[in-house]
Amino acid sequence: MPDLDYRQKAWSAALIVLFFVAWELFCLMTGMSDLVLPRPSQVFVTLFEKFPILWPHILQTLATTMIGFVLGVGLGVVLGAVIGVSKTAYDTAYPLLVGFSSIPKVAVVPIFVLWFGSGSVPAVLTALSICFFPIVVNIATGLATTEPELEDVLKALGASKLDILWNVGLPRTMPFFFASLKVAVSYAFVGAVLSETVASNRGIGNVMMTASSNFNVPLVFAGLFVLAGLGVALYVIFSVIEGRVTGWATRKNDLLAT
Amino acid sequence: MMRMQPHSEFAGVPVSASAVPIAIELSEASVTFGRGDRAVPALGTTSLRIADGEFVALVGPSGCGKSTILRLVSGLVQPSTGVVIVGGREVAARALRVGMAFQNPTMLPWMTIERNIMLPLKIVEPFRSQFRKLRKTEYRDKANALLEQVGLKGFDNRYPWQLSGGMLQRANLCRALIHEPRMLLLDEPFGALDQFTREELWSILQDLWIAHQPTVLLVTHDLREAAFLGSRICVMSARPGRILDDSHVTFARPRTVAMTFEPDFVALNQKLRAFIVDARTASAQRAT
Repeated sequence: MPDLDYRQKAWSAALIVLFFVAWELFCLMTGMSDLVLPRPSQVFVTLFEKFPILWPHILQTLATTMIGFVLGVGLGVVLGAVIGVSKTAYDTAYPLLVGFSSIPKVAVVPIFVLWFGSGSVPAVLTALSICFFPIVVNIATGLATTEPELEDVLKALGASKLDILWNVGLPRTMPFFFASLKVAVSYAFVGAVLSETVASNRGIGNVMMTASSNFNVPLVFAGLFVLAGLGVALYVIFSVIEGRVTGWATRKNDLLAT
Repeated sequence: MMRMQPHSEFAGVPVSASAVPIAIELSEASVTFGRGDRAVPALGTTSLRIADGEFVALVGPSGCGKSTILRLVSGLVQPSTGVVIVGGREVAARALRVGMAFQNPTMLPWMTIERNIMLPLKIVEPFRSQFRKLRKTEYRDKANALLEQVGLKGFDNRYPWQLSGGMLQRANLCRALIHEPRMLLLDEPFGALDQFTREELWSILQDLWIAHQPTVLLVTHDLREAAFLGSRICVMSARPGRILDDSHVTFARPRTVAMTFEPDFVALNQKLRAFIVDARTASAQRAT
């Protein structure tokens, strides 16, 4: 099995390299102006040269993303737990939640700016509002689908709702929860950058806006690369945590190995 | 709903000829789900008295309310009329020291078998308050002793997905017994198993019963199972269920699978079968 895994990774890396090589060649052969589409080599050089300038913005974007993410997860877990434990709450609150989540978040940014001024607060709030929904849905679903027989066994022992939530509901929800964390962290990131793009003077989103109005297209692309890199990094971090915490949910794959 | 039955009142209930205390008593209990036009009678007016340490098998056509009786006794359902008294007090929202097992073993996939079996100790007093202190010593020994009794010695550190259906059901019995319940409520625990595994588990359950002497209420579709395991068999009518026949089974214990092919046993089976066939026909006629 590890052999196959290794080969898979090699193919993935090859595809990424191939993508950049094709892009580079395409630009060279068509004589594309770097005002339209800079070559990846130019982008990487810009990224390297401008990195000291980019760094505080990267930190800014990461900070707003993480604050929004943590708050969103906190809110999402509480809301998801409430909705998941009670069938009535689930049915009652669901339409409202779907309504909220259907609003394109770019439309909410101006409202946040109106309330809190431009800067970090709207970015945090946008990240929060965009990332909490998948958490709510996953926690609620995990809790709502607890086997009724098991609940009966525990209730007959005199277990309280809290006992059941703690011993069965929450651990059972972990795979759903961590799967949603991966999604939520990417969402939070998108939300933060979105808000920076519209209304902020700091952050990668803002750097890209400024660079594009100066026709510094390689810098715009450098910003994009940074975003992609950070997005992948966050996703990987939460995937690793997920694997550590909820290995039991996927352990069936090891059956042949044991 | 939470009021306790005064002890004197229970003592006033005439006890059957033997001096064995009553473990479970349903008097004129019925259960109806829903209200008004949508009311569904789940259990007709039923009276049933089970002595401490008895092994009672409940059989009857499907949907007759057998499981409802179990849920009444465990306190998961409240009677719409009548009274349910378990262990000397009226069943309130929570019953104490009841072990339950269903057809679905519902082992938690993230815990080893040992930890799954120890789950009731985490919830029921007096074990609960000592759980942190004793889980690595006394409680672990307790779990392993039970595992050994059901033939699962050495499987304590396996995960549920590593065990077969029959093994999981044995573990399920262990989990139902670990907190030393006075009462074991089993809802078709062997329904999903193949014939041979089922017969094997009958003997295991019989041994457990002989060793621990709990009061057992077993709901089953399998008449051979009822006759093999029960000290007493109650046959129920079709929905809304009532008890049609209540008879003691006197075969010597421990019973063996070979005994189930002897004429007396077969005759008992046929008698039970006739009751249920009649009950089904009666309900079919009522329906038309």
